[in-house]
Amino acid sequence: MGHHSNWPEWIYIGVVIALMVWVGSEAWNAERLVEHIPADAEVIKVTGQQWFWTFEHEDGTKEIGELHVKVGKAYKFEITSKDVDHAFNIHDYVVLLDAVPGRINTVWFAPKEVGEHAIQCREYCGLIHYNMRGTLYIEEADKKS
Amino acid sequence: MVLELQKPRPIWQIMFSTHHTDVGLMYLLTSLTFFFMGGALALGIRAELFYPGSQIIADSMTFNRMFTVHGTTLIFLFLLPFASAVGNYFIPIMVRYKDMAYPKLNAIAFWMIPPAAALVWLGFADFTWYATPPYSIISAPGPAADMWIFGLKILGVSSVLGAINFIVTILKCKHPDMSMGQVPLLAWSFLTSSLIVLVAIPTFAAALLMLLTDRLGVSGFFNPAMGGDPIAYQHLFWFTFHPEVYVLVIPAIGMMYEIIPRFSRKPIFSHSSGIFAFVLLSMVSFSSWAHHMYATGMSFTEKTVFMIGTLAAVPASAMHVFNFIATMWNGRIKFATPMMWAVGGIALFFSAGAGGVVNAAMPLDFQTHDSYWVVGHFHLFVMGTIAFGSIGFLYYMFPYITGRMYNERMGQVHFVMSFIGTVMVFFTQHVLGLYGMPRRVYDYPPIPEWITMNQIATVGAMIIGTSMVIFLINMIYSSGKGKIADTDDPFNLGGKYYWPYEAKNPHH
Repeated sequence: MGHHSNWPEWIYIGVVIALMVWVGSEAWNAERLVEHIPADAEVIKVTGQQWFWTFEHEDGTKEIGELHVKVGKAYKFEITSKDVDHAFNIHDYVVLLDAVPGRINTVWFAPKEVGEHAIQCREYCGLIHYNMRGTLYIEEADKKS
Repeated sequence: MVLELQKPRPIWQIMFSTHHTDVGLMYLLTSLTFFFMGGALALGIRAELFYPGSQIIADSMTFNRMFTVHGTTLIFLFLLPFASAVGNYFIPIMVRYKDMAYPKLNAIAFWMIPPAAALVWLGFADFTWYATPPYSIISAPGPAADMWIFGLKILGVSSVLGAINFIVTILKCKHPDMSMGQVPLLAWSFLTSSLIVLVAIPTFAAALLMLLTDRLGVSGFFNPAMGGDPIAYQHLFWFTFHPEVYVLVIPAIGMMYEIIPRFSRKPIFSHSSGIFAFVLLSMVSFSSWAHHMYATGMSFTEKTVFMIGTLAAVPASAMHVFNFIATMWNGRIKFATPMMWAVGGIALFFSAGAGGVVNAAMPLDFQTHDSYWVVGHFHLFVMGTIAFGSIGFLYYMFPYITGRMYNERMGQVHFVMSFIGTVMVFFTQHVLGLYGMPRRVYDYPPIPEWITMNQIATVGAMIIGTSMVIFLINMIYSSGKGKIADTDDPFNLGGKYYWPYEAKNPHH
């Protein structure tokens, strides 16, 4: 339609497409690495319900509202919900996955340093959604094991 | 009548008319009313979040209802009707036809909005504008939830009727001398967005019915306790509402295509690439819906597919930005109020798009998803891009509708305050999200960074609120007492820049 040449636009579009290909492939690669769950990861069952979190360790120990883990180990969370959708989130470790009733979603993490981190719900779940919070305690690894 | 005071007519004559300018005016007044109502809720939400603990809202349920109705109102009762208002005024004129193709259908589509709005506002539901099951089935209090479902059902039908009307008007009623390539870009934007509506809305209409019967307990489509799958609802919802984002943004870009070349006093850099980008956007809008659902436990392959589909929308959006900048390049630009809003809108469109690339990249999405980042991100689209384009276009068509001129200085102050406020609220919310604050929370722990950023956002929101009061005064005062405008060239652009079309508003 135009009476002028359009070549600057095509160069620009080429640059944009190249940028998107770069972003996409980097993201693809990073996500592929992040999703690879180590074989020796210890399972923690996470259950969300209005409006608190329950954790069950492999040895059967249960915790409500707080979670104790050890430095240097890998943990695999198996997340589900008893009532409505929630989202299990440890923001400091970029752990985020929905807790959906009838489904088990898995995500893993490996704590690096001793410390305390917030656990929160990031999917709207009703009246006390804002205060569906817990604490993650990362402790020294046992000397014996 | 508030507007069109040069030749006053009794209000019932406008209300029960089927002429496209009258229906357009009704759409416009309705949408602006709900803009202020939804905006007031936003100010309430921001005031509550100014500091941890309870400020002005006594309980979290009221707060949850407020943000639900805020979102529903501004999307369905402000942005969509505003686009319909512009389309009603301009599409028939641009394709050189006497009216919309089906004038009565047009009036019916409008008159479905007030009852739907009454249902949404009187119900005041709390399940967010997603209405995600199982919460919306087993936990959300009725009858508010049911009223919301019926309200949205009616609004969906209204959208589809409007879309059919626009498509038929443009394709079948355009002047035979006019080729599709000559149809102005604003009309092209309505054509493409209406086609999206036709394909997208039925999916949500079905999901709403399923949601309703699930609530009644006679089915269990989305109820895991009855063997249903709540994730299925999210797919149906986003299959409609990701494209719906483009239904909102495409007409706003079309409005900018009217404003930018007029005030740059140059033709559009490339009409054909504008058309191409609209058609491309309308197609890729359907390839990205599940990028809202990475965190529901999707497989790596699904996430990859939807990431590629999402990134595919970027080149088409970038073509529009290029077209705008190339049009302004070497133009004799006049920064009157409409131009300021359009250029500001393009800048924020660019920022919103850049944030969108971050959300689309899979590992980064797990940083930002369901946090305040997302709130900031989509508000840069709906407020920064779509509302900015719309408000700019309202100033642009003000002399055309009323035959009078608004106060230019007040319009510019309105823009500057709104722009500063928008940056303060929504850029800050991006950072707040990176600090981990979840969205849709009534209260938050007293983390110093969270408090500071929430306070910046609240102050920004109050600046926007104040500017909107200036806007309201300007509109009401000027439509009655403003200077009589030279309707051929109200912005003193010279030549036929303002109104290159043949037809005029018949009421002057």
